[in-house]
This record gives sequence, structure tokens and C-alpha cells, in this order.
Amino acid sequence: MSRFIRIIGFLLPFAAFALLAPATARAQLAIEIVGGAGTTLPIAIVPFENESTWPLGITGIVGADLTRSGLFRLVDYAGILPRPVRADDVKSGDWRARGADAVVVGSMRTLGDGRVEVKFSLVDTGRQAELASMTYTVAPAQFRATAHRIADVIYEKLTGDVGVFSTRIAYIAKQGTRFQLHVAEADGYNPQTVVTSNEPLLSPAWAPDGTRIAYVSLENKKPVVYIQSLATGQRQVLANFRGSNSAPAWSPDGRRLAVTLTKDGGSQIFLINADGTGAQRILTSQGIDTEANFAPDGKSLLFTSDRGGTPQIYRLNLASNAVERLTFDGSYNVSARATPDGKGFVFVRRDGGRFNVAIQDYATRQVQVLTSGALDESPSVSPNSRLVLYAAEQGGRGILAAVSSDGRVKQRLSAPATDVREPAWGPLQR
Amino acid sequence: MRKWIIAALVATLVVGCKSTETQAPAQIDEPAATVASVGGTGGTGGAGGTSTSGIQTTPVSGTANGLSPALKDPRNILSKRIVYFDYDSFAVKDEFRPVVEAHARYLQANKAARVALQGHADERGSREYNIALGQKRADAVKKLMQLLGAPDMQVETVSFGKEKPKAEGHDESAWAQNRRVEITYVGE
Repeated sequence: MSRFIRIIGFLLPFAAFALLAPATARAQLAIEIVGGAGTTLPIAIVPFENESTWPLGITGIVGADLTRSGLFRLVDYAGILPRPVRADDVKSGDWRARGADAVVVGSMRTLGDGRVEVKFSLVDTGRQAELASMTYTVAPAQFRATAHRIADVIYEKLTGDVGVFSTRIAYIAKQGTRFQLHVAEADGYNPQTVVTSNEPLLSPAWAPDGTRIAYVSLENKKPVVYIQSLATGQRQVLANFRGSNSAPAWSPDGRRLAVTLTKDGGSQIFLINADGTGAQRILTSQGIDTEANFAPDGKSLLFTSDRGGTPQIYRLNLASNAVERLTFDGSYNVSARATPDGKGFVFVRRDGGRFNVAIQDYATRQVQVLTSGALDESPSVSPNSRLVLYAAEQGGRGILAAVSSDGRVKQRLSAPATDVREPAWGPLQR
Repeated sequence: MRKWIIAALVATLVVGCKSTETQAPAQIDEPAATVASVGGTGGTGGAGGTSTSGIQTTPVSGTANGLSPALKDPRNILSKRIVYFDYDSFAVKDEFRPVVEAHARYLQANKAARVALQGHADERGSREYNIALGQKRADAVKKLMQLLGAPDMQVETVSFGKEKPKAEGHDESAWAQNRRVEITYVGE
């Protein structure tokens, strides 16, 4: 709550370029950081040599990425002349005097074939040491992707954690009576439409390799699960059995999915091959079992069940078939998603009339409520386990919000005149 | 009956030839869903396979689909199609038993008729869990229909969860209208 930084204006010059991209969806997500961590790492990002040749540039996006993480603070580079270009040019004393613990410098150079060579170095001003140095040869259309990669390298070197600026997110956008599944960069830029429907779409789930998305569509007057390739747009039915078909979740090896089917009566969890064959029931209860989610090692499944009278989170050991109840506090705990670090899970809990995202640790059973909205739902964890993306409501409209898994950094992503919901964070791009 | 089918066929043919001049019962709808490719690979446009052609014809009601006009007659109880539920409840209330009973009898008497019971939930809580709650309500109505003699094969239960609210408000009066099961006949 201590800070309220609007970076929308900062990003505006780049938005114009984004609009020229093919198949770009209209509703661009805008990001606001609404709360920051207690301590931030001061870093100076010096515009690269020749960068002004290209209107989009690179360093602006790198700075926006790092600021958005809530862990960095940008230090002014103005007045240090000549501007350093290589690590050797950085006079650490000058930068330490400005409070910068790290400095990023670099250069850009056009090659004969129209591509651009982008070089950068990250310098630790405390030790006067070069921490990282990379060269990329890219087309101008790849500048945003290159900026995200540079931000990932800086983030990794300075925090010891994997960066997720190069990842993508999927979400459902509702405009009037039209529903669209969008895929965008993690900062909300370049949204592209995957599917458009006049009937509701929900529950997008990324294949572990990032090439396909499973989702539920009501276009056939009932819930049916589809899998669609992002590169070709080709889609196939995963599950269209008698009754309802919903809640797809991929196994970590990408070969199978867990789905909720009602073909045998009641909402029950099945495993099914990714080509739609071999549906096999894995749980039996008299009540509701749904919202399956695989543990990162693939050995267990989290799911929601009302077998104890109220909806609670349970864990199924796939080898022993043992089922263990994990949540006990409150009468409504749903939508569990395992954190990729294997340490716990996020979920939605109801407290009074409010729905909030919380995180629970397997070892300590400790629960921390991370959000404070009225109707927070559909949590999805970043691949480095540091951030939780979720759907919230603001002024009667659906927005996306993100909170760090320690609850300290908060941000909002909203699009004008559009309800956005059902976020799903994509895997690391390797 | 056969006469009606022929009349419907003729009507469809006429419409097919002169669709610009007549108030057509057959129409070309927008495709229910359009898929697209994403990213630098592949093309930018609809390489993908929609499961339907996007062209749908609408049968003339009460004729070719074999459904009785009584289903649409406002004076007939069969025109009543919605069963409402209390909060967090799956019990079919006594006031809706006559409606469920009438449809069960109709299904028993008309073996070709098929219904889809569409369960719905109010807007509170998880989308997927609400799909399961709506399913439980649709299953409750089906169970009652079966007790009253409707054959299992003629009744499919599905759920829309909170995705298709009847009332858009955010208070109990809207929620009460959204906790429901809709009885729909296949071919309507």
C-alpha cells in the first residue's frame, strides 16, 4: 500500500507499435502496480547505444518488467556523460553515489540483413564486477521478446530466482455477449485471439510445453473440453461424453489430462489421454469431485470435493490411491493449484460473504490469505512460484490481478469495456 | 404427420431458392465458435477446424422434430420449463413437482422425445465448482423424473454453472432466479 505507481503512461509509446501486430486483439490489458515490497533493489538501466534509431527500443521494456516485479527500483541515469556502453565504461563510484547497486548498459547495431545485434552487460557496482553479458541477433519485431529475455537474465542474476517476463498468459475476455480466449505476453501486451464464441468459454489450461491449450466451451449447449494448437489453430475434442465435461488439467509430462465428467452420474474425476482416448475414472465418491490439479512431480492430484459435507481441498496419491483432506478452516475451500516449487498450493476460500485467494504450506499447514477483494477467484501460479495471477472484480467488471506469494506486491491488469477472467499462467519458454 | 413433414421440406426448399425474399425459418447463423492460430508460426487466419460448418437450419417447431405443440402452449403445464432451488440446495421443492411430473409423463408417452436438463448456479464462488453444483441440481430433477417413470435414455443432464445467468443483478432476488434447472427438448 505504500506506493502507487502508474506505469501506463510510461508504456504508452510502445502501445502504438503493438497495435500494428497481426491478429492483435483489441482489448489491451493495462497494468497498475498497487502495492510494493518493503525493500527494492536500486538499478540503473542506461539506454543502449543507438537505441533511439528504433521507436520501440528495448530498455524501456526491461525497466517496466523489473519495476512490475515489485523487487526493483529504477535509478536515474541522466547526467552521467558520456553514457557507458560496455561494462568497462561503468564507473562504479558514480553509480554508487546515486544509490544504484547495479547498472545495465548495452548497444544496438544494424546488420546487413536487416537484423539487429543487441548486446548488454549487467554490472554490480558494489564489487565492480560484470555479472552477466549477452549478445542477441534479432529482427526488430522480436525487440519485446528480447527485452523480456534481458529482464529475465537480470532478475535471475540479482534475485537468484527464475525470471518469468518471457512467459505468456491466457485468459477469457468477455465483451457484450462475445467470449474470447486470449494469449498475451506476461505484461499483458500483444493479446492474440485463440477462439471466439457467442457462448461462454472457461477453464483454459496450458500444456506443459506451451504449444496447446485445453479449455471448456459451452457452444454445443453443454460443457465440452477442447484442445487447441496455438501455432496452427487446429483443435480437437478432448471430452464430449453424455452429460457435462469440464475442469481440464494437464499431467506434467503432457500425455494425459484429468477432467471432470458426469457420464457415470455425479461430477467425478477421470484421467484421459491427450488424444481423447482411454477415459478412466480414478476416484469414487457420492458427492462432487472436481477441479483436479497435478502436483509438479505428477505423483498426486489436488481436487475439490464435498464428500465431507462442504467443499474442501483433498489430495489423491496416484500410486496408493490414498486420499487426504488438506483444508479444515472454513466451509468453502476450492480451486486448488499446486505451486511449481512443490511446497504447497493456492486456493480460494470463502470468509463470510467474501472470496479470497490464500496459500497453504504442506509442511506447516499454515494458511496465508493473500488478497482482500470481494470476489477473487481462479488463482494461477507463475512458473517460478513467486506470483499468483487471479480474477477479481472492480466496479462491477472482471479484472485480472496478481499478488506475490508472500502477499507483499500487488498489481492489477484491466482492459477497457471488457470483462477479463479465468487467467492461466503459461510455462517457461525454453 | 407425413403431410407436415412434406410441408416443412417444401418450405425449406422454397426458402433455399428465395431466401432473400421470404421470412425464412431456415437461416445462416454465425459459426458458434471461431478458432485462430497464435504466434509467429502458422498463418494468421482460420487454419483451424471448427467442428460445425457454421450453417444451421432450424426445423419448423411442432412438425419435423415430432414434438407436440402442447410443449409451447402457454395454457399447458408442459410450457413451464424452469425449476428453482434454494441457496445451497438440490431438493426439488413441492411447488415444482407437478411440472416435473408432467414432463416425465410426456417422455413416457413420447419415446422419441429427448430432454436436456440444464442446471445453473448463482454467481458466487468458483466457476468449475458451480458447474458441479448445477449438475447436481439437474441430476436431482432427473432422479425425480425417473421415479415418475421417465426412461433414463431420454434424459441428459448437463450444467452451465454460473455462466448463463437469467437475471444479471448481484443480490438475492437475482441469485434466486439463477439457481435453476431448465427443461429443454432436443430439436426445439
